[in-house]
Amino acid sequence: MNELALAVFASETGAHLLRAPESPRWRAHLRSFDGRAYEERLAASGLRFTADLPPLLRSIHDPPVGLFVRGAAPLDLLSRPAVAIVGARACSGYGASVARSIAGEIAAAGLVVVSGLARGVDSEAHRGALDAGGTTVAVLGCGIDRDYPAAHAELARRIAETGLIVSEYAPGVEPAPWRFPARNRIVAGLCAMTVVVEARDRSGALITADLALEEGREVFAVPGEITSPLSAGTNGLLKLGASPLTSAADLGIEPAPVSDTDSLLLELLPATADELARCTGRDAADIARELVALELEGRVAAYEGVYRRIS
Amino acid sequence: MLARAVTHALVGLEPRRVEVEALVHDGLPGFAIVGLPDRACAEARTRVRSGIASAELEFPRGRVTVNLAPAGLRKEGSGYDLPIALALLAASSQIPQAELSRHAAIGEIALDGRLRRVGGVLGVAEGARRLGLERLLCPWESAQEAALAGVRPVPVAHLAEAVAYLRGELEPPEVPPPADADVQLYPDLAEVRGQERARRALEIAAAGRQNLLFAGPPGTGKTMLARRLPGILPPLDEAAALEVTRIHSVAGLLPPEQPLVRMPPFRAPHHSASTAAIVGGGAGIRPGEASLAHHGVLLLDELAEFARPALEALRQPLEDGVICIARAAGRAVFPARFQLVATMNLCPCGARGDPGAVCSCAPQRLAAYRAKLSRALLDRFDLVVAVPRPRATELAAGLSEGSAVVAERVGRARELLATATLRRSPDADALLSRAVDRLPLSGRGRARVARVARTIAALAAAEEVQSEHVAEALAYRSPQELA
Repeated sequence: MNELALAVFASETGAHLLRAPESPRWRAHLRSFDGRAYEERLAASGLRFTADLPPLLRSIHDPPVGLFVRGAAPLDLLSRPAVAIVGARACSGYGASVARSIAGEIAAAGLVVVSGLARGVDSEAHRGALDAGGTTVAVLGCGIDRDYPAAHAELARRIAETGLIVSEYAPGVEPAPWRFPARNRIVAGLCAMTVVVEARDRSGALITADLALEEGREVFAVPGEITSPLSAGTNGLLKLGASPLTSAADLGIEPAPVSDTDSLLLELLPATADELARCTGRDAADIARELVALELEGRVAAYEGVYRRIS
Repeated sequence: MLARAVTHALVGLEPRRVEVEALVHDGLPGFAIVGLPDRACAEARTRVRSGIASAELEFPRGRVTVNLAPAGLRKEGSGYDLPIALALLAASSQIPQAELSRHAAIGEIALDGRLRRVGGVLGVAEGARRLGLERLLCPWESAQEAALAGVRPVPVAHLAEAVAYLRGELEPPEVPPPADADVQLYPDLAEVRGQERARRALEIAAAGRQNLLFAGPPGTGKTMLARRLPGILPPLDEAAALEVTRIHSVAGLLPPEQPLVRMPPFRAPHHSASTAAIVGGGAGIRPGEASLAHHGVLLLDELAEFARPALEALRQPLEDGVICIARAAGRAVFPARFQLVATMNLCPCGARGDPGAVCSCAPQRLAAYRAKLSRALLDRFDLVVAVPRPRATELAAGLSEGSAVVAERVGRARELLATATLRRSPDADALLSRAVDRLPLSGRGRARVARVARTIAALAAAEEVQSEHVAEALAYRSPQELA
């Protein structure tokens, strides 16, 4: 009960607290705090609080006091083997499709995909995991009752159906820039492995990677074009010794079996529909039909006009 | 003495009878026009006075009052010059009132007495026919336009000619027969290299009268493609041509030598256009670009740069095919059944979708850019096509298929769509249901895919909609990155 009081106190004061402070304000808060009533209010909004952190997260040097939780899944989901996928919010089509396909493979292999519900790579990772029928955990940098960014409210709802949304912040806490790096330590802390898909120099995703390295976790970076500023951060990580990741197999995951119907088009990807038409000499309608069939099989995805393989 | 001439005011497209009463009576010399004239109409005083002098007729001595009845209806424009002058001349017994009563009149008078063309002659002529007036005195250039309404136009080049005709001194000149339908030349599709998918989507949109959105980096030919859509559309049928002509007449856009608009109109307002410019309005309730594109194509180039209210105002006409404009001055209904074609970049800086460039837009800016298009508006596009940047080899390729060939296929598909039922085969239904399960596809999205599939089947001259048609239609659904 003390942890809940402390977590709420930390949220209200905006302090980064790891243990109870020696202050009159805290003592006053503790006296007036009705833990049971607070938990009832949480439960009424479909929320929970747990001070029982999964071992990996508890072992980081500044673990949160506890976690507020949204979603119906059992809490031991947080203790399951998990991979964090992080990266730029303003990602490219390449980053988006890589995040999605890697997350899909990880989820299909039964691992949990952890990310931060932000735009770009984060949301693609969550979607990839969900589309593969897997479970995913989103760590918020604001109050547990908030959907930030608001555009991801529907995504958050889908995540909470089978997975969990967690935050160290009590309901009502506004998103603030300094809370996101703090959130990143939980993303890294929950996972034994962290994958950085695309990151500029000095990107928030690199903070997550640093935190993961500090805790002795494995960090993977997806190589990108050396001329692309969006890959400057990830290529920098590789230079520092991070492991390159080119498929989920690099994580020690068995790739899902490929379906046996094979298409010549798959060999030519990534490409636009027009390039495929020209390479194969077939007309646009014919190419469109085959690409849709592959999309429905979950083997290719289109982003900004470019088709890419996702398995 | 009191005399009357008849003309019509247009409220929207609707003609309302206006009686021009002129009274010459004793008193201090003066010339007043009453009956809610606007500036252009009130300035008729000066033009009529000098026109009558130029025609070597006599401006009545004494006090002259002109009333435009009904006095409560706003009268706009210079088309009242001719009826005012004729009423004045009848009031001073220079022309016979009996003859004048058998005619309606419209036209602007130049200072030298010549008659100038004004907009809305077709509407006024239709009003005259409804009143049982068989003849319309109008400027020479408007004669063919007036003839479309089924009245007999009396084309006159000068006020003196009108007077001579009404006095019975001059036979009405013959109306020149309309010139042969000249085909309005739109740019040819053959000039677009590569872009096979976008061309195919253009053809489907033309056949099914479906709304089309091209999204891609700048310089990939989105606008070039969109501008070639009217060139592959079949010409308008008789009824549609008359409807379009009526609207264009009110807006004063008809070319004098070819008054009947036979080709589907093409309108491309700039993205700085106001809501009133797009859907119509203003003090005189004039038709907007959406109505001018009736039975034709409305191109919104750089869709996301348009003001959001202007875009949202298009939702009603996209749904109902009409625009109702209510203003303090009155209410007007303009038809607006247009085909919407739009182009947009994938992000504000334009680099997205271009493999050779890196997008520098902040995520918030990107989200704001895309949020400008509401779901509701995006949902109105039946076909959404990402237009990637063509490779150099593509640009070096020879000419592609020309507009004439495509137009022929479109024409045949249109006929088939109008006559055949084209049901979906069980296979096609199964594929559509599977797509709804696997892809993010809303109920409305499903209906759109079904419609597009029907058009594709018609283009293939199939007897029913098969799964391959549905599969192709699915490729043109709204992509997730825009949703």
